[in-house]
Amino acid sequence: MSAPNKSYDPVEVEALKPEEVERMRDEALAAVAAAGDLDALHAVKVAHTGDRSPLALANREIGALPPHAKADAGKRVGQARGAVNQALARRREELEAERDARVLVEEAVDVTLPYDRAPLGARHPLTTLTELIQDTFTAMGYTVAEGPEVEAEWLNFDALNLGPDHPARTMQDTFWVAAPDGGADSGVVLRTHTSPVQARTMLHGEPPIYVVCPGRTFRTDELDATHTPVFGQVEGLAVDEGITFADLKGTLEHFASAMFGDDLEKRWRPSYFPFTEPSAEIDLQCFVCRGASVGNPDRPCRTCSSEGWIELGGCGVVNPRVLVACGIDPDRYSGFAFGLGLERILMNRSGVEDMRDMVEGDVRFTLPFGMEI
Amino acid sequence: MRVPLSWLREYVDLPAGETGRDVAARLVAAGLEVETVEQLGADLKGPLVVGRVLAIEELTGFKKPIRYCQVDVGDANGTGEPQNIVCGARNFAVGDKVVVVLPGAVLPGPFPIAARQTYGKTSEGMICSARELGMGDDHDGIIVLPRETVPGTDAIELLELVDEVLDIAVTPDRGYCLSMRGVAREAATAYGLPLADPALLDVPQANADGYPVRVEDAAGCDRFTARTVSGIEPSAVSPIWMQRRLQKAGMRPVSLTVDVTNYVMLEIGQPLHAYDRSRLAGTVSVRRARAGEKLRTLDGAERALDAGDLLICDESGPIGLAGVMGGASTEIADHAVDAESGQVLGTTDVVIEAAHFDPVSVARTARRHKLSSEAAKRFERGVDPQAAPAAAQRAVDLLVLIAGGTAGGGVTDVVAPQPDRTLAIPADHPDRVAGTVYGRETVTRRLQEVGCSVSGTDVLTVVPPSWRPDLTDPNDLAEEVIRLEGYDNVPSRMPQVPPGRGLTAAQRRLRRVGRALAAAGHVEVQNYPFLGEAAFDALGLDADDPRRTTVKLVNPLNHEEPALRTTLLPGLLATLHRNVSRGSGDVALFETGLVFRPRDERTTAPRPPVDRRPTDEELAALDAALPHQPRRVAVALAGEREPAGWWGQGRPALWADAIEAGRTVARAAGVELIVRQDQHAPWHPGRCAALLVAGADGTERLVGHAGELHPRVVKAMRLPERTCAMEIDLDLLSADGEKPVTAPHVSAYPVATQDVALVVDASVPAADVEAALRAGAGPLLESLRLFDVFTGEQLGEGRKSLAYALRFRAPDRTLTAEEASAARDAAVAEAVARTGAVLRGA
Repeated sequence: MSAPNKSYDPVEVEALKPEEVERMRDEALAAVAAAGDLDALHAVKVAHTGDRSPLALANREIGALPPHAKADAGKRVGQARGAVNQALARRREELEAERDARVLVEEAVDVTLPYDRAPLGARHPLTTLTELIQDTFTAMGYTVAEGPEVEAEWLNFDALNLGPDHPARTMQDTFWVAAPDGGADSGVVLRTHTSPVQARTMLHGEPPIYVVCPGRTFRTDELDATHTPVFGQVEGLAVDEGITFADLKGTLEHFASAMFGDDLEKRWRPSYFPFTEPSAEIDLQCFVCRGASVGNPDRPCRTCSSEGWIELGGCGVVNPRVLVACGIDPDRYSGFAFGLGLERILMNRSGVEDMRDMVEGDVRFTLPFGMEI
Repeated sequence: MRVPLSWLREYVDLPAGETGRDVAARLVAAGLEVETVEQLGADLKGPLVVGRVLAIEELTGFKKPIRYCQVDVGDANGTGEPQNIVCGARNFAVGDKVVVVLPGAVLPGPFPIAARQTYGKTSEGMICSARELGMGDDHDGIIVLPRETVPGTDAIELLELVDEVLDIAVTPDRGYCLSMRGVAREAATAYGLPLADPALLDVPQANADGYPVRVEDAAGCDRFTARTVSGIEPSAVSPIWMQRRLQKAGMRPVSLTVDVTNYVMLEIGQPLHAYDRSRLAGTVSVRRARAGEKLRTLDGAERALDAGDLLICDESGPIGLAGVMGGASTEIADHAVDAESGQVLGTTDVVIEAAHFDPVSVARTARRHKLSSEAAKRFERGVDPQAAPAAAQRAVDLLVLIAGGTAGGGVTDVVAPQPDRTLAIPADHPDRVAGTVYGRETVTRRLQEVGCSVSGTDVLTVVPPSWRPDLTDPNDLAEEVIRLEGYDNVPSRMPQVPPGRGLTAAQRRLRRVGRALAAAGHVEVQNYPFLGEAAFDALGLDADDPRRTTVKLVNPLNHEEPALRTTLLPGLLATLHRNVSRGSGDVALFETGLVFRPRDERTTAPRPPVDRRPTDEELAALDAALPHQPRRVAVALAGEREPAGWWGQGRPALWADAIEAGRTVARAAGVELIVRQDQHAPWHPGRCAALLVAGADGTERLVGHAGELHPRVVKAMRLPERTCAMEIDLDLLSADGEKPVTAPHVSAYPVATQDVALVVDASVPAADVEAALRAGAGPLLESLRLFDVFTGEQLGEGRKSLAYALRFRAPDRTLTAEEASAARDAAVAEAVARTGAVLRGA
């Protein structure tokens, strides 16, 4: 690198000779090209474009030139400095791009790391199943009615045509609530079904009535793989002018299709309930074996016990005696009612094999069900 | 009711190829619940033959006595030579006829039979017990066949070992189907075949020579038929066919007379009772029990009688619980030979009772004495009162035929007038119930098939048959028509439901609460509501804690847990413990459900009549007898709320998580929660929050508690240390309902942030400081957040520093630094005034 010439001939300034300017420019360009990183490039920039750089010093000499030479020298130095600055900018872009690429690679992470940091929750499948059933019926225009779990004996039995000596009353093994004196004749029970909610709806409302009554019910069964003393029901009631068995069939078949799909056969069987007459049970074709296990010991089906059918629920035309006890004119109105067992539906729908799993509250059972069923 | 297909065919000429399953399907469609179709002898294979025991050699030197027998099996073994068989049973003698299974046969199990070495001998087959042949589980002894059976006879056919049995769960309205006669009637109708009714018998007219009977309670007993048979051979045994039918129907053959009464009951449905005539004292009477009377029943139990019990008596006193169980004193005596005198003992003369008792009376007596019998089961569900004479006749015939008895000429038949059961229904009533058109002819025909007599045109006059006491209402008749026409053939139609309004606000709120808690990492459980005093002791509740006042059950499943919950915590914490003990140590649970709090004034519920709507007063009295049943939500947490991982440290579940769960619930319910320091069991006295809400009138009400559990509770319930819990009464929380949210005005002007650190006494609740800051800051305050709590020596003993970030913003302009500072200063001044706070660094 040449140093400025202090004792110069005003005409003959060494630094402004064309070849000298070119040499300074080329040196600078070579240094730019050789800069391996942004720090080196910065040093090159200071050395070749800074105030003390040869080209900057040369530029200062231009004033010493005779006027006729000034323009020419100024143009040459200016071009040289422009070329150097351009080269610097280009090189900076290159080096920055290189640096960015390198840094982002270094910042790479293993995106397959697990992140089970926030605890997971879930709702009980019997809750979400109840909601799904409710939603299916509210979509048909029904409302959802609720009532107490500790219920008056009259509402649980008498109003539903289950008189004190009715044989069916002993079928339902009832928890009796102690009277104030500790005796058994309190007239109060743990409801054995959600039917008293239907009775309450009729007693306090006017037809047309279209309600579903979900809730917990109680019978004195010991807990085992297939029984639980506390279980869930969703019952439904329609009371209106001209309600028939055909309306019941249409409604429950629609419900069964909505819950289980359109392609399963339904079977209707006569049955007996004191609060309905005629009474029926609706069975659904087993959605696991679809009947293929019947009489076929090589293909047993656990879901339907190789019967080919799964009991969906009991139902029937509301016994006019129930309407009378609940203050509804049986000559003007008729109704239908049905009851669905939640545990059984869940066992079938989700392959739950042991009733206890639904009772014990083990989080490993419930978590996979998430927020909706 | 267990119905052997072979027996059913005796009354209905079913198509030859029809299987048990086929018949079951038809009966199911007609409304009989056929639970199973049992295949008897399905895997049985002969040769299984009658053998005569020729010789018995007792083998000794083994752990138990063993017999080596020679048995004549006729030509069944192909040689005619005696068969050598080793046998461990001892209830047979030389000359007895037994059942022999020969090598190559397969017994139920399946259990293939081959000749084999045993006890030093070669056993060429087995002498069989009833159990080995699948005939019944009741005894292990060898079957000894009647003397007249011939060696070599095929025993599979003789013992009717191959059959199908339909097991039918009979609903309470179908008492008549607790008989072959009733099931056969349904089968006949289902197949459109005639029924050979076993109750269609020639019965002699009642006369004055019958055994004397006096019915003193015609309401309890509206028919009493009695017949006598004398000269029964005490040693006569029931024929194989009868024993087999009893066995297949699930009854145990006992003795000829008893077997006959059971057989006729199964066949016709009429329970019979046979008395040993020699043990009867004079006139038989039917009356209610008197005070202090006792009766020893056939099962050996001495029973104190209730005034409601209907009795059969003779002149000695009670001899039977009418329709439920006979007494021991007149029991048929088994055949025996008196060892000293050589006299043949056993009943020779019997009185057969075929009576009809009031179903309610029988049901009450059976329930009162916890005594369920085959007879009571039938009377409770209704027995055909017209079948009594035929049933008695059938029993007499069998005793004459099989036991060599002589029928007495006397016929007793005490009959009370029967009520008129005529019904009138519009001929189209079944159509209107079903929602389809059957037409009068079909309706009439179907009712006649059921056994009704039907007349009339537009209005039908229908008299139901005597065996159908359940047909009392027009809809009962409609059901008969609809079921016989087939439920599957009723059309499906959708009713015109009026437009609905979906869920109520409370129902939607409950869903939101559940979803919010689950989304915040809690798992829902549903616990039983049963608990006992021990649960309250574990929670450390005071003796007078209102939660100890419970609704109690008369008949709890577990006598340790006779009460209904007054709080969700015991069940929830027990479930938490179960999860921890099963290895799920980091657990957050929640439950929503009812709790039961007795009313201050406890009453019993009335039982109004059912022929009208109860009055409003009666309905109010029903509700007044019920406890309060508010809905609650509770949360329990233990272990780590956030696990450690590659991201860093984990975080244990804290008292604050329990309170936050309360806030989560309140937010979901659209309510703002107020948190106050409190002391309340079962929580840690220093880590317990009262949860309150401000009512519409501005007064605050307590809705629940949250925090860390008391260490003693944690220990008593074997919970993880520092287990936390929350419980809120959802009904109280939401008592004011929900108002629509008023939208905030969102300002686009810049925010001015000011931080302040206030030093207060450690006892000053942060909530009070925050409330003061908010009140002092005025309307420019957009938000306020506590970002640090600091204690240290430089603050002095018992002091803490609370650092808040205050954000100010105006709706209409950019705030100046002076405005923001002035608002901050006002906020601080209020905090200083209310809480004694000192601005740190000031």
